[in-house]
Amino acid sequence: MKVLVFAPELCDAQLGCEETCSLTWFKEANHDKSAIRILEAEGRTGKYTANVCTQCGQCIDVCPTLAIQRDKRGVVRINKDLCVGCLSCVGFCPYGAMRMHPDYTVPFKCVACGSCAKSCPTGALAVLDLPDAPLTATEKRLLGGV
Amino acid sequence: MENLLMKDGHHRLLAEFRYTPPKVERGYANQTLFVDVSNNTIAARPVDERTKRTFIGGRGFGLWLLWNAVKGTTRWNDPENEVILSSGPIGGTTVYPGAGKSIAVSLSPLTETVVDSNVGGYFGPLLKFAGWDAIELQGIAEEEVIVFIDGNQGLVQILTAPHESSDSYVLPGQIVDLFAQSPEERRAVSSVTSGPGAEHSLMGCLNVSFYDVRRQFVRLKQAGRGGIGTVFRHKKVKALVVKYVGVKGDSNVPADYADLASVGSKMHREICEQDPLMNDMRGGGTTMLTRIMNDFDLLPVHNYRFGSHPEAKNLYKSEFTPYFSLGIPDGCWYGCTLACARCVDRLTPRTGPYQGQVVHVDAPEYETVAAVGSNCGIFDPHAVLEANFYCDLYGIDTISYGTALAFAMECYETGILNPERAGGLDLRFGNAAAMLELLHQMASGTGFGPTFGLGVRRMKRIFAEKYGADPRFLLDIGMECKGLEYSEYVSKESIAQQAGYGLANKGPQHDEAWLIFMDAVSKQIPTFEDKAEALHYFPMFRTWFGLNGLCKLPWNDVEPADNKKVHSPRVAARVPEHVGNYIRLFKAVTGRQDVNEPEDLVRMSEPAYNFQRLFNLKMGYGTREHDAIPYRSMGPVTVEEYESRAERYDSQLREVDIDPQGKSTLEKVALLRAHREKRYQLLVDAVYRRRGWTADGIPTLETVRRLEIDYPDVLDLLKQHNVQ
Repeated sequence: MKVLVFAPELCDAQLGCEETCSLTWFKEANHDKSAIRILEAEGRTGKYTANVCTQCGQCIDVCPTLAIQRDKRGVVRINKDLCVGCLSCVGFCPYGAMRMHPDYTVPFKCVACGSCAKSCPTGALAVLDLPDAPLTATEKRLLGGV
Repeated sequence: MENLLMKDGHHRLLAEFRYTPPKVERGYANQTLFVDVSNNTIAARPVDERTKRTFIGGRGFGLWLLWNAVKGTTRWNDPENEVILSSGPIGGTTVYPGAGKSIAVSLSPLTETVVDSNVGGYFGPLLKFAGWDAIELQGIAEEEVIVFIDGNQGLVQILTAPHESSDSYVLPGQIVDLFAQSPEERRAVSSVTSGPGAEHSLMGCLNVSFYDVRRQFVRLKQAGRGGIGTVFRHKKVKALVVKYVGVKGDSNVPADYADLASVGSKMHREICEQDPLMNDMRGGGTTMLTRIMNDFDLLPVHNYRFGSHPEAKNLYKSEFTPYFSLGIPDGCWYGCTLACARCVDRLTPRTGPYQGQVVHVDAPEYETVAAVGSNCGIFDPHAVLEANFYCDLYGIDTISYGTALAFAMECYETGILNPERAGGLDLRFGNAAAMLELLHQMASGTGFGPTFGLGVRRMKRIFAEKYGADPRFLLDIGMECKGLEYSEYVSKESIAQQAGYGLANKGPQHDEAWLIFMDAVSKQIPTFEDKAEALHYFPMFRTWFGLNGLCKLPWNDVEPADNKKVHSPRVAARVPEHVGNYIRLFKAVTGRQDVNEPEDLVRMSEPAYNFQRLFNLKMGYGTREHDAIPYRSMGPVTVEEYESRAERYDSQLREVDIDPQGKSTLEKVALLRAHREKRYQLLVDAVYRRRGWTADGIPTLETVRRLEIDYPDVLDLLKQHNVQ
């Protein structure tokens, strides 16, 4: 599965990735509308972490309408037509990486599109092909098991 | 749609009404739908600002609409009686857990006065998004009908339905097949149905459906209390159906979406973190309560004689969870992450029409487990699940069923009933086969079914008149008040709970006040004034959920991590942070700026609550004598009961300076009874005063004026009862 990964030692916290993300998906430079967030590491001045979706898929099992599913690249995506805007996935994301913004009723997340990685001048971000996450209860059910 | 229905030849169109679906504004569609199946009339009725202000929605709207539809002389089976369903302004919100409830209101065949019953499922929210804050269903159809509302097309139809089953296991699925045009539309269809048990008894329930996209079948939630299903089937309505495609996070068009999303996602997070540490509702719904109730001697056993049983462990959550399919969403409305609506995907009934087949059933609530389980001495989880399955499909309230059966079993064991009088059944406590067979007799209207289906109050009368049973004994052990069977808690050790049951507007259901722990276990409300305050605050606060389309569970079945740390126990019981959430929620949806304090929510409920009390008065009830409760709910009726907890009762006698030494158990039973009955009356006095009612339990003129429910007919009613 495709996952955006972060190399903290290379990050200089210029936040170009956040701007690129919101421009790519919402056509505006707005950090609150970025799926990736660069944060200073707790208690470590000058060191950074990235808060971004790991494509673990736990949100798939929280969505009441099957709006959240994994695509062929293994990326977890939200079908806006099916979403009823309950934001259960926002509250239940183990990484706090499912996001919401009051301008929209549908939440949003990193889909490993790679735009931020391309724009990152220090090479701190990359989309990698990682081993698939374990199947969720929903995926097992859809495959025919229970 | 017409073409589809016409071409199968089974559904004749009896009436049709076209409308332009209004845009919902801040939680209201601002109109209600009136359907009379006697003369096939369909009409839209506007909702004015005063009605919204006074009655808010949900149960409040139901009360107001029904009040205007019936006279004091109207009976449950008269055509003018209505079945009303309404959600409420917050109902249909997807972002806050537990915001999809509907409240059904009708004149009850059991209590002969107004009753309300809340229910999950998608009906109420979809009805609102279809353009209707409530539906009033009046009349009695000449032939079986379905009422169909298409909220996208703006269409209401009354259709004949001669061939559909009335069985609520089959019918809701047939309805989805009939009205959904594509697989995606299945979850856009919700129905209200009942069943054959409701046709042959007074304790019929309504089943409200939602389509489960993962399990790919229709699920059912119940408006159980008060026999509204019986009214529904008496009207020859097989189903109310609403279809609305397009639910979104802002379909309720809130005034402040940003705050709504903020408070909602905060609550989801809290449930994610706290539920596993607290009640684990996501892991087993309310079945976790059986153990707690048994541990604290509050679990009804053998018709409420006892509060615990060595075999109760067979009905603990751990015995049910192996049947449940877990790990996927189970809210009965979108966004309910507390997800107590667990499901049994595969059950094989051992009796009845589905014997040997694999069926599915919504997981039992604690109430069902205790009602058809421990209260009847049945400690077999499979039997409980099977009873739950048949109650739902027959359209029978599990609570009334279990409580009435526990009464019948005690009558059987004391010789009042015998196999001949009981449809050939051996109604000993613990006989699961007889418990299930009686359900089938009810559904077919055979054997003991028709007598039993009249409920505890009428059985008492029949057993005294026909079989010469001692009416005083029946009065003591028949667990009903106002004609409604008790829900499943032993209230003997909590006088506040006794009044919580006895003073509840619709009869003894715990949704008004559940004070046992606060009163009897943690002793937070020691004086009569404390108890009266709790019996004001909690019934009003809980009423508020029913006015707004909300479920009570996310209020206190999960709590913020620091709730008990930052608040004293008495304050923590109100869960202040969640009350704050509800204030935000109400303001964010309605835009009302005058609701800021917890007391504002209580004040919001008072008009509807008092109006319901007055409604009881209008129907010939609603006074002090109707708040009397059976002694079984107050203390030990029999020697056996007293002696089973003799130490406790003896010490209670000593506390009031009565020396139990040398007295017979019968004498001690009488002494304890005199003491407890007196205390109950003193508490009733205190509660009436706190609520602003007369000594006879009628809201005073000052109260109705303060609450702005001083309508001319209310004032006339008070005058008739000499309340000046």
